[in-house]
Amino acid sequence: MMSKSGISNPRTPYLLLLPGIAFLFTFFIWPIANLAQTSTQTPIAGGDTGEYEQTLRWANYLDAFLENKEQFGRSFLYAAIATVAALAIAYPLAYAIAFKAGKYKNVLLVLVVAPFFTSFLLRTIAWKQILGEQGVVVPFLRDLHIIAPSTTLTSSAFAVVAGMTYNFLPFMTLPLYASIDRIDPRTLEASGDLYANGITTFRKVTLPLSMPGVVAGTLLTFIPAAGDYVNAAILGSPQTKMIGNVIESRFFKIVDYPTAAALSFTLMAAILVLVSVYIRKAGTEELV
Amino acid sequence: MAKKPLSPEARSILNSRVSRRAVLAGAGAVAGASALASCGSGGGADAANSVRWANWTLYLDVDESGNKYPTLEAFKEKFGIDAVYSEDINDNDEFFGKVQGQLKLGEDIGYDIITPTDWMAARFIRLGYTQKFDKANIPNAKNILDSLASPSFDPNRDSSLTYQSIMAGLGWNTAVNPKGMKSVDDLWTPQNKGKIIVLSEMRDTIGVILLSQGVDITTVTEDQFMNAVDFLEKKIADGWIRGVKGNEYKEDLISGDATAVIAWAGDLFQLSNENEGKFDFAIPESGGTISGDNFLIPSTATAEGKKNAETLINYYYDPAVAAEVAAYVNYVTPVKGAQEEMAKFDPELAKSEYIFPTEKTLSRLNVFKALTPAEESAWTEAFQKAAGN
Repeated sequence: MMSKSGISNPRTPYLLLLPGIAFLFTFFIWPIANLAQTSTQTPIAGGDTGEYEQTLRWANYLDAFLENKEQFGRSFLYAAIATVAALAIAYPLAYAIAFKAGKYKNVLLVLVVAPFFTSFLLRTIAWKQILGEQGVVVPFLRDLHIIAPSTTLTSSAFAVVAGMTYNFLPFMTLPLYASIDRIDPRTLEASGDLYANGITTFRKVTLPLSMPGVVAGTLLTFIPAAGDYVNAAILGSPQTKMIGNVIESRFFKIVDYPTAAALSFTLMAAILVLVSVYIRKAGTEELV
Repeated sequence: MAKKPLSPEARSILNSRVSRRAVLAGAGAVAGASALASCGSGGGADAANSVRWANWTLYLDVDESGNKYPTLEAFKEKFGIDAVYSEDINDNDEFFGKVQGQLKLGEDIGYDIITPTDWMAARFIRLGYTQKFDKANIPNAKNILDSLASPSFDPNRDSSLTYQSIMAGLGWNTAVNPKGMKSVDDLWTPQNKGKIIVLSEMRDTIGVILLSQGVDITTVTEDQFMNAVDFLEKKIADGWIRGVKGNEYKEDLISGDATAVIAWAGDLFQLSNENEGKFDFAIPESGGTISGDNFLIPSTATAEGKKNAETLINYYYDPAVAAEVAAYVNYVTPVKGAQEEMAKFDPELAKSEYIFPTEKTLSRLNVFKALTPAEESAWTEAFQKAAGN
């Protein structure tokens, strides 16, 4: 007698996929389609604020890009610097947690994640205090004559990049840790047996084996950082605004939905291109 | 202090308008939490005997516990109407974005009273998103200050009444600027370089600059406006201005990161009180701006909701009630007779030029002209670009 096993039903996989597909359709595909059709609209002649009609004006994209190329450039520059800085901080950290922390491993991992227990916004605002006039950094640097008495650190590109580096650091640390932790210590011993010194071992063994973590970490840091607007809004000045700030202002302040939509698409496309090039260079098989 | 208050920074996020009393009472934390709790609630009671009011955060008198509004409680008791109060307005544009879709479709937005700023109220009225008052239900409307009785966006006050007025001018740190400030030019002195913040509210910042250039902001032309925007852009490019911000400028003043601002009087009044006179405010000699937040009844309110809303508006136009609210929020009250009422319980505060400006002061305050939709888009765009956006 045949059992009524669900596995034999060919529709089962689709049924299992249904919730995910429904979710993606409602909250991703539908909004994206909506955004796409908004991006080519133009104001209705004589219409009120926020009233647009579909005229398939593709030039919206060019206009939006040309008008804001400065902020686009800044977004990618800041995101790149923040990603490199985060990598420089996170790699030794992840390495130490994986190989040297011993019984404190879990405690240290919790500490890496701990900032997430607080709101992203509050963490960013904390940086305003750290770098502000009443913080410790500015008076210290002034005493050492590293910065002039009139120089402030808030409302600067430095503050924006520092804030981004800090905010996205866990996204860099965790994938790095995961891949470094997986490295078999015996491979390092073997490297030593073959007369490689510490630096060579790191270069030829540790780093290549941890590349999946490096690739994943840089992507997880760079992508949100490029679209971020909170750090620039709170820690920056009018001269450090990023593309996220422009989209926000276009959407809410100027009520220019088509430009905001076109900018969003351009940003997505730019990130997609950059990420594809990067993954191709780094090798897709590294992405675990 | 019963409750531990949030840090000033946390408060500035949660509250767009912090009251002096709330801060002193340490009620900010609780009120902020309730503001968060009310986020997204919107709907709720829509029974015949209720009225739902969306207002700016900490913009109504609140008791020490931070979750009861004395004047609103008295209203509930007196009229037997359940008032559902929510601090859901943080920003005019954002709020508009939130409710616009439903208003367009004629679906209930969850409020029977909203209080947007003049220019946004003008947009609501223009788009037909409001209902005309039944004036028989609001006899106290006669108490409105003469200067506010017929704005260009609603000349007969058929569908709007001012809730509070806000004046903008110059604020400064008195230690850094011991001589004080009389004109906009006083901002550009070496000690303030890189430490100036101007308001992100376009009409206030550009309004104050335009007035300093001798332009009448009730009739300002596009050329004049763009000229003032260029001026602002230059001051930003030359490193004078560190930010174009909303209420957050208060925290920068406190920390010393900002020393001079184009700002709202009520805020500076609070700051000065909290910091032993470390800050001061003045309307520039060339003039300052005044704007108001307005009671509106959205087009989606039911007949019952509308009637209850009118009862509530009428109640807040009672001078005694208005005085109580004004003593808490510290903004300019639009209700005649409130000063006399306040003198009965706080004679000192009743003398405040910030809450009860004299005729002479009022004559130096100007209302930014109503913009057409096309002007609004183009001018806002120019201003936002100057601000780096």
